[in-house]
Amino acid sequence: MHILVVEDDRDTREFVRGGLEQAGHTVDVADNGRDGLLLATSGSFDLVVLDRMLPELDGLTIVRTLRASEDRVPVLILSALGEVDQRVQGLRAGGDDYLTKPFAFSELEARIEALVRRTTPEGPATVLQVGDLEMDLMARTVRRGDTEIDLQPREFRLLEYLLRHAGQVVTRTMLLEHVWDYHFDPQTNVIDVHVSRLRAKIDRNFDQPLLHTVRGAGYRLAADADAA
Amino acid sequence: MAATRVPRGAALMTALGQRLGVLLRTTTFRLTLSYVVLFGVSVSVLTVFFYWSTIGVVVRETDATLKSEITGLAEQYLEHGLDRLLNVIAHRIRTDESGDMLYLFATPDNRPLAGNLTSWPEVEPDAEGWIEFVHTRADGRSVPARARVYLLQDGLHLLVGRNIAQIRQLKAIFNHALALGIGVVLVLAACGGLFLSSRVLNRIGAFTGVTAEIIDGRLDRRVTTRGTGDEFDVLAEQLNVMLDRLEALVGTVRHVADNIAHDLRTPLTRLRNRIEMAARAAPEELRGELELSVEDADALLATFSALLRIARIESGSYDADFETVALDRLVDDALELYQGVAEGRDIRLVADCEPGSTVEGDRNLLFQAVANLLDNALKFAPDASTVHVGVHREPGAVRVQVADAGPGIPAGERERVTQRFARLDQSRSLPGSGLGLSLVKAVSELHHGSLEFGDNAPGLRVSLRLPERVAR
Repeated sequence: MHILVVEDDRDTREFVRGGLEQAGHTVDVADNGRDGLLLATSGSFDLVVLDRMLPELDGLTIVRTLRASEDRVPVLILSALGEVDQRVQGLRAGGDDYLTKPFAFSELEARIEALVRRTTPEGPATVLQVGDLEMDLMARTVRRGDTEIDLQPREFRLLEYLLRHAGQVVTRTMLLEHVWDYHFDPQTNVIDVHVSRLRAKIDRNFDQPLLHTVRGAGYRLAADADAA
Repeated sequence: MAATRVPRGAALMTALGQRLGVLLRTTTFRLTLSYVVLFGVSVSVLTVFFYWSTIGVVVRETDATLKSEITGLAEQYLEHGLDRLLNVIAHRIRTDESGDMLYLFATPDNRPLAGNLTSWPEVEPDAEGWIEFVHTRADGRSVPARARVYLLQDGLHLLVGRNIAQIRQLKAIFNHALALGIGVVLVLAACGGLFLSSRVLNRIGAFTGVTAEIIDGRLDRRVTTRGTGDEFDVLAEQLNVMLDRLEALVGTVRHVADNIAHDLRTPLTRLRNRIEMAARAAPEELRGELELSVEDADALLATFSALLRIARIESGSYDADFETVALDRLVDDALELYQGVAEGRDIRLVADCEPGSTVEGDRNLLFQAVANLLDNALKFAPDASTVHVGVHREPGAVRVQVADAGPGIPAGERERVTQRFARLDQSRSLPGSGLGLSLVKAVSELHHGSLEFGDNAPGLRVSLRLPERVAR
């Protein structure tokens, strides 16, 4: 993928660039808002990672300008302003996702992955599948092999989100935002408890585990254990 | 019935007394009262003057006439003897066309010798020799009379008096007019007082309204001036200038806070990311330690962001998204989120959520507050105990209660627990930043709610009361 990173802090910029290049992406960078907007409007990027507080032109103005000219390039806003209200401002301005500093690189990676997937529509699926695990969205049933699995409504939504992002790393914050619909900071790791309950239902009694824990990042639902 | 009536009546009187007390303390009442008193005193002084210069004159003239008449008669007696006096009295009575003058000359045992009175009035004279009595005239009519008596030598005494019916009538008219006048004046004074004080208080009310909104964090509110340039306008202008400066200062603080967030979190991000990258490349035996360091840095940053969030909510710079929130469903969601944690420690979460418990609020902040309360309760609840969660409607409000069977908070410490980083001794060993309840408190205040800590015997009962409508 071709990714533009607009960030004024050199270390963060280089850190993001290094990480993304390591992951196999092509990265262009800009260190101020004006250059960032110029590059972004060239239309050659699959995704823009944009800092919010930038010299010369702030990040929200860049997003608004892009959206005003009907440029739909996915924008991930990166900012130290991480409050829910500021986040809402960022998303209302036209950003597709909002990540608060400090962020784990894996969190950024996971979100970039999710964003690019989201912008490539695959048509409305009625059946989601990973390995021998199958979810029928119409009948609201889940089967693994020949066994029917009985899930609570929240567990169903959790599994649905994991299936829609199969093969990708999904972070705890992403789960909170999309499965629970609330923006808040849990003081204890309540999400882990829900994931382990789900895991008990879909993986216990089966030889091949599907729901993997990615240390320091989150979870990944995949038939194979290692591929990132 | 009678037994219950008395205390009820007493309670009613107490309530009335309290309402009266409130009324007596209001400025409207005080201003109106001063107005009435001032008017009353002015009118009284004016009345006294009018009386003195009208009826007073007539009364004084009557007295002077009687005095000179009796002195004249006494002189006649002294100079010319008894016969002369009898003649003069007879002459005076004959020539008095009005018939108002009264004369009587009597012996020491009050036997009349001359005059147009049939008997000596049975009234004791005052020190100066004045008496007032009722005189029955020849035509049978009774009239009030005022007279002066004079003791001649040999115990003979003399009385000269006058019919004062007209004066009495005049006085009655005056008193009537006075009563009516004072009544009208007092009513006018009360109306005027109410009018003037309500005008003043309306303007003061405008100030109070604006300051109340400012206290609630709406720093853009200003007092409107009327352009009359009066004292209130001057006060309003100065208040507005003060508020401009305050707003600018708060803006600066907010700016500084945002900058701190940016400036401090960026290097912290860098530190954290370096460790994270190092952990990826590090040999197995080091990786564990590095990953723990990342977690420590994350905890530090989470504390920092919670602190910033509290500061932003408290300063009113948090741009809360107010909407109608179904608290019963929100609490259900939070319970569902924590159900697993509770089951893991064999704790029973017992919920009693009244349907239709809606409030006006920011759902994310309210969820955060409820989650913090649950988190706190589960942290302190002993294994295999019960945590009760209730959502109940009250008139104009909804109360969320979370009660655990943990160690509770001593009554004296309850004020302290919502302060930042306040941690009671018994909780030092448990994880947590000491900001959870501070955040709940900040969210509660943003919603004009109240947060109370009570005894669950044993344990802590936290009660968050949120008004259905947030006046903004």
